[in-house]
Amino acid sequence: MTTTDEQPMRQQSIGDAFGDYLTRLRGGDVGALPAMAGLVALVLVFTALSGSTFTNAFNFSNLILQGSAIAVFAMGLVFVLLLGEIDLSAGYTGGVTAGVLGILMTRHAWPWVPALVVALLCGTLIGLSIGLLVARLGIPSFVVTLSYFLGLQGLLLLETGAGGTIAYRNNEILAIMNNNMPVWLGWVFALVTIVAYAALGFARRVTRVRAGLATPTILVWVAKTAAFAIVIVAATAYLSKERSRNVFLASLKGIPIVVPIVGALLVFLTFLLTRTAWGRHVYAVGGNAEAARRAGISVAWVRISCFMMCSTLATVGGVLLASRTNSVNPQTGGAETLLYGVGAAVIGGTSLFGGKGRPLDGLLGASVIAVIINGMTLQGQSQGRVYIITGAVLLLAASVDAISRRRASASGRV
Amino acid sequence: MTATETERPAADTGTPVLSLRGIEKSFGAVHVLRGVDLDIYSGKVTALVGDNGAGKSTLIKGIAGIHGFDAGDYSFEGQPVTVHSPRDANALGIEVVYQDLALCDNLDVVHNMFLGREMLKARLLDESTMEQRARTTLDGLSVRTLQSVRTPVAALSGGQRQTVAIARAVLWNSKVVILDEPTAALGVAQTEQVLALVRRLADHGLGVLLISHNLNDVFEVADEIAVLYLGTMVAQVEAGEVNNSQVVELITTGQATGRSAGTSKGEGA
Ligand SMILES: Nc1ncnc2c1ncn2[C@@H]1O[C@H](COP(=O)(O)OP(=O)(O)OP(=O)(O)O)[C@@H](O)[C@H]1O
Ligand SMILES: [Mg+2]
Repeated sequence: MTTTDEQPMRQQSIGDAFGDYLTRLRGGDVGALPAMAGLVALVLVFTALSGSTFTNAFNFSNLILQGSAIAVFAMGLVFVLLLGEIDLSAGYTGGVTAGVLGILMTRHAWPWVPALVVALLCGTLIGLSIGLLVARLGIPSFVVTLSYFLGLQGLLLLETGAGGTIAYRNNEILAIMNNNMPVWLGWVFALVTIVAYAALGFARRVTRVRAGLATPTILVWVAKTAAFAIVIVAATAYLSKERSRNVFLASLKGIPIVVPIVGALLVFLTFLLTRTAWGRHVYAVGGNAEAARRAGISVAWVRISCFMMCSTLATVGGVLLASRTNSVNPQTGGAETLLYGVGAAVIGGTSLFGGKGRPLDGLLGASVIAVIINGMTLQGQSQGRVYIITGAVLLLAASVDAISRRRASASGRV
Repeated sequence: MTATETERPAADTGTPVLSLRGIEKSFGAVHVLRGVDLDIYSGKVTALVGDNGAGKSTLIKGIAGIHGFDAGDYSFEGQPVTVHSPRDANALGIEVVYQDLALCDNLDVVHNMFLGREMLKARLLDESTMEQRARTTLDGLSVRTLQSVRTPVAALSGGQRQTVAIARAVLWNSKVVILDEPTAALGVAQTEQVLALVRRLADHGLGVLLISHNLNDVFEVADEIAVLYLGTMVAQVEAGEVNNSQVVELITTGQATGRSAGTSKGEGA
């Protein structure tokens, strides 16, 4: 890494762009690569083992439903993991606040919108209190959220009553995990997504070119947009197929309603983290809290807001879980929910050491976990084996993280 | 005697851009700074030297507003000022490059240079303007060692990191730049680069305060040398007026034989 001759026109060829990418890979910045590779490998393995039982459209939509709650929990956890913190209580935060939603809608006959707002606020409030204890009192987040884990588990038990449940009867909330968009709406949604992706990428290019900054050739944009469009169109087409076993009883086709919800969350959270000063400060605090403090960033506020973010998203995750099972029970958000959430974020490429991670990681990791659970269950494997394999994959991802960190610091001081 | 060494600098050196008088600072029972005076002049490199624990870092942290002074006068461009936080210091045009660099390894050069003071457009990060300004600043300082301003700082060498930290300090039309041991961890070639950069800052008209344990570095770039001994400023003299061994003596004993200068203020020790 020494001087290069100044190029007046900073236009990079596709080879340069690829070369840059390789350099970053070698430097330990592996990004989404391991998760993507793992996902592809798993899909191939299960397709080989189970054939169309795994690949059919019904199972595909099932996979999405299994993964979406994990993805939302994971996207929330990314915020605290970015700071090098942890929230062990995220699962039960989701359970308790989903319980609040159920109680308000079912027992008190509230309309779903205000009930959902109150539930989300409860989540934010839980996050605020955790954040205050961590950032102001200086208690390690592990301990604070372990206490919350126990406390919220108890609270959920009080909400439901021992062995009881809180039923969800509201159609809008139940629709999230049980209904699909009309096929035409699905296509509109797909088209809008593709156009937005293309336009955003192009706008960024134009700004950079206008500012005279190094810009990859237009071919990179074309290739990325094309790849994105192909994936979206293929998925939409597959989900638009009839997947009901008995069409005369009920037709089952279209994109599950949860998909645009998770997609919108992904876009919104990514936007917050990459395009706002607050997001930049989150990365700064995760990378070097002392440097952030000296740069005049309010480290405490960044910490608190990330815990609020995590708990609020946990509420969304909890509502997704409850919507899927039509009720809240003492185990909603319990059992492996949190572990899958953290696991998904890490498998997707978020570092447990802080400073590195993206909301997309949560989605990718959740896909990996959902494929493992789904594929192994189809193979008739026991729950025990599913846990063992998921654990092994998580360990693998954590090793990749640790090794890429070593490489990063090795390639550091030249 | 010399114009700059006592409380009343003579007119021919101009008024200092930053000046401290009678600064006191204690941490509990530890009396770290005892009536320290210091002047920093625009366009000059003032070296602050002193043994480990003399109070150099404590002094500049006070200047930067990281912790307040217990007593003493702090004036900037002739006006008495109060500096309670790093933001106050930044607002005056004072920037500090810390001993431990205070860069975020996971962020790139541009992000680090604008950390905490990101430029916004429509309330969103204005990446291209920030990247342009970072480039212009680095080019203005004739920095040629950075291939891309989008490299994460983790991937930079020690000298490059130091360069980023210094460039960040001059990004904001700052008037005074304070550097705490900028060459401590560097090899010969990188030390030369950084010292040249420090010299260029002063040539651009900034007031520079350079802390260093390396007297070769000090004599290479400094116009003035201020010696702190056990929390007391025992001398602030023009670099040409003292030689290496006299400075060593001042640092280690607080006094210098062969020159009458140090005596006027040496009684504090
Ligand atoms: N926060 C603090 N609390 C208590 N004592 C402190 C604190 N900071 C510094 N000191 C003490 O003040 C004295 C001066 O420390 P300082 O860091 O300013 O020295 P220095 O001149 O920068 O030394 P070095 O050359 O090793 O960097 C030391 O005795 C140190 O122990
Ligand atoms: Mg020091």
